[in-house]
Amino acid sequence: MSGPAGEEPSAAAGAAGATGGEPSVMGEPSAAGRFGDFGGRFVPESLVLACEELEEAFRSAWADPEFHRELDDILRDYAGRPTPVTECPRLSERLGIRILLKREDLTHTGSHKINNVMGQALLARRMGKGRLIAETGAGQHGVATATAAAYFGMECVVYMGAVDTERQELNVFRMELLGAEVIPVHSGSRTLKDAVNEALRAWVARVGDSHYCLGSVMGPHPYPWMVRELQRVVGTEARAQCRAILGGADPDWVVACVGGGSNAAGTFSGFVDTDAILVGVEAAGGAAMSHGVPGVVHGMMSYLLQDEVGQINEAHSISAGLDYPGLGPEHAHLSAIGRARYATADDEEVLRAFKLLSETEGIIPALEPAHALAWVVRHAGNEIPLGSTVMITMSGRGDKDVAQVRELLT
Amino acid sequence: MSAPLARTDARIPGALEKRLRARRDDGGKILIAYVTGGMGDDWLDAVRAVADAGADAIEIGIPFSDPVMDGPTVQEASVRALRRGTTPASIFAALAAAEVGVPLAVMTYYNLVFRAGHRRFARALVDAGVVGAIVPDLPLEEAGGWSEEADAVGVETVFLVAPSTPDERARRICARSRGFVYGIGLMGVTGERAELASTAREVAGRLRPMTDTPVCIGIGVSNPAQAAEVCTEADGVIVGSALVRKLLDGGGPDAAADFVADLRAGIDAV
Repeated sequence: MSGPAGEEPSAAAGAAGATGGEPSVMGEPSAAGRFGDFGGRFVPESLVLACEELEEAFRSAWADPEFHRELDDILRDYAGRPTPVTECPRLSERLGIRILLKREDLTHTGSHKINNVMGQALLARRMGKGRLIAETGAGQHGVATATAAAYFGMECVVYMGAVDTERQELNVFRMELLGAEVIPVHSGSRTLKDAVNEALRAWVARVGDSHYCLGSVMGPHPYPWMVRELQRVVGTEARAQCRAILGGADPDWVVACVGGGSNAAGTFSGFVDTDAILVGVEAAGGAAMSHGVPGVVHGMMSYLLQDEVGQINEAHSISAGLDYPGLGPEHAHLSAIGRARYATADDEEVLRAFKLLSETEGIIPALEPAHALAWVVRHAGNEIPLGSTVMITMSGRGDKDVAQVRELLT
Repeated sequence: MSAPLARTDARIPGALEKRLRARRDDGGKILIAYVTGGMGDDWLDAVRAVADAGADAIEIGIPFSDPVMDGPTVQEASVRALRRGTTPASIFAALAAAEVGVPLAVMTYYNLVFRAGHRRFARALVDAGVVGAIVPDLPLEEAGGWSEEADAVGVETVFLVAPSTPDERARRICARSRGFVYGIGLMGVTGERAELASTAREVAGRLRPMTDTPVCIGIGVSNPAQAAEVCTEADGVIVGSALVRKLLDGGGPDAAADFVADLRAGIDAV
C-alpha cells in the first residue's frame, strides 16, 4: 500500500506510476482502487461494505451485454446520443488553428452529466435501490440526477451548498420540478465540498436503500473508475468522429475543463492511446492539480487545495461547476506519468472566450468549458502551432450562466 | 454470551489498553469521553474535570475542515475550534503541558496525519503524552503505513467496526485494533439520539466473543440510561456529542463534570 514513505508526503505521492499492477493507462485501477499512488478508498468503516457492493455490482453490470444494451438505448433515445463533433470555421480562421468541438452541450439536460447519472441510476435499479442521493455545485449534476430519478421512478435527494442554492436558484426550482428534494447545506464553506460531506453523511445513514450517485471521477473506489467508464462514451464517439472529419487522423491536441474531471476523463479515455496532447484546464481559483498538494478527502488520495496542516481550502471561480478544491485521482496519475498536462484559465479570459464562441459560432458555452477554450485561445499560434488541430469538449451549454455573465459584463 | 477468545498474539497492551482492561477486570464498565480540542478557552479544564469525574480515558478531537463522520454538534465544535486558530500543534502543546491523569487518544481525520507525515505525527503524539489514535476515515485496507509508524512508537491505533461490517472482516479489525475496539452503535454520524439504536447492543454482542480487547460502543450514546443499556452487552461506552453539547451551551467544565459523573453512576449500576 502506498502512502508517505517518510516525512514528506508530496515526495512519496510524486513518485506515482512506478507501482505495479497497472495494466494500462486509463484501464482498470489496482485492486485497491489506485491509479498509481492516487485513489483508494478512504471511507468510514460504515461505508466500506457499500463501496464493495457497488464495485461488485458495477463489475457485473459492465460485463453484462444486456446492461450495455439498455444503457445505450437510453443514451440514444432519451439523452440524445451520439452528440456531434462540430467544426468551427470562423473561430478557426480567427485563431489560425483548426477547432473541433465535441458537443455534450446538445444532450438532454445540457451537459455530459447525463451520461453518468443514467448509468448509475440503471445500476441502482439493478442493485434494488430506489433512492438516489446526490451532491451538486452549480446544479448541473443535481438536475441530471433528478432527471434520472424521474425517468426511473426513484426518490431523489440532492445536497447543495447554501451559497450555491442562492446563486443557482433556478436550478433548485428545476430539481424540485423534477420531483427531487433539495437540501441546502449550511456547514463549512456551504459550497460543493460541503455538499459532498453532507451527501456522504446521508449515505451512511441510509446505505441500505440508497445509492449515492456521485457526480464526478472522484470519491472512494469504485467511483473514479466507474464514472470515467460511464463517461467513456464521450471519448469513444469523439475519436471516431474526429477520424471521419480528419481523414483518419487524430487531433493534435485534446482539451477539456477539469473540476472533478469527469468530462475530461471521458474525453481523454478515447485519445489516451493516440499521439494527441491531452490538456486539462482548471479554474485559476480552484486549481487543485496546478496549485495543490497530495492529500486525502472525500474518500480519495489526490491533489487538493489545503493549508500547511491539511485543512481543506475553498475554491473560488466564476464557474460554480469548477469550484472544487480537489480533482479526480486518475488525473493526478495522468499528470504524474506525464500523459496529460494540467493548466489554468482565469475568470477574465474565460469571459472573453465565452463571448468569442457565442459571436463566432453561435454557440453559447457553459462557463466550465469556456475555461478549456480560453486556454486554447491564449496558446493559439504560440504553444499550439498555427495549423494544429484542436478538439475541445464542450461539456455543457451556457443557458444556466447567461444571467451571471450579463451581470459580470455590465 | 460466549466467553472471550484467548488472545493468539502475545503482544503487550499499551497504556490505554492496560487502563481499560484494569477497569474491566475489576468488574467495572469503561467510560470514554470525547472533547474537541481548542473548542473554547477552557477546553483543557474541561478535559481535566471530565477525568476527575470518572472517565477512564479521553478522546481529544483534532478539528478538521471536512469531518465526514461527524454530525452537527461536533461539526459546530470543530468550526469554533478552527476559528479560534486551533491546529494540531496547538493541541499537542497544550496537552504536553497538562496533567490529565487518564490516558488520552486523539480522534481526527486522515488528511491531518498524512499532511504531517506518518512518522512525524506519531512522534508528535508521543511528545504530547497521547497514547492512542482514532482515524475514522482510515479503514483497515488503507491503514498499513500509519499503523506501522504508530506501532513503532507505541501509539495505540483504535479501529472501528460498523453494524454493517461482516463477521469475517470484524474479526480482522478486532485483531488489528489496539487500546480498544470502537463499535459503531448505529448506521449514521456522531450525534445525540432520543433512543438507543438496537444496533448498539447487537454490535457489542457480536464483537465481544471475537476479541479479548475491550469493546466500547460509541455514536448515538447520549445519556446515562442509554450508556447503561449498551453496557449490558459492551465493556464500555464512548460519549461525545452529548458532552460537547454541554460545553457548546456554555456549561463549562462543571457541567461537563456533572454529566460525566451521571454517566459513571449510570454504567456502574449495570
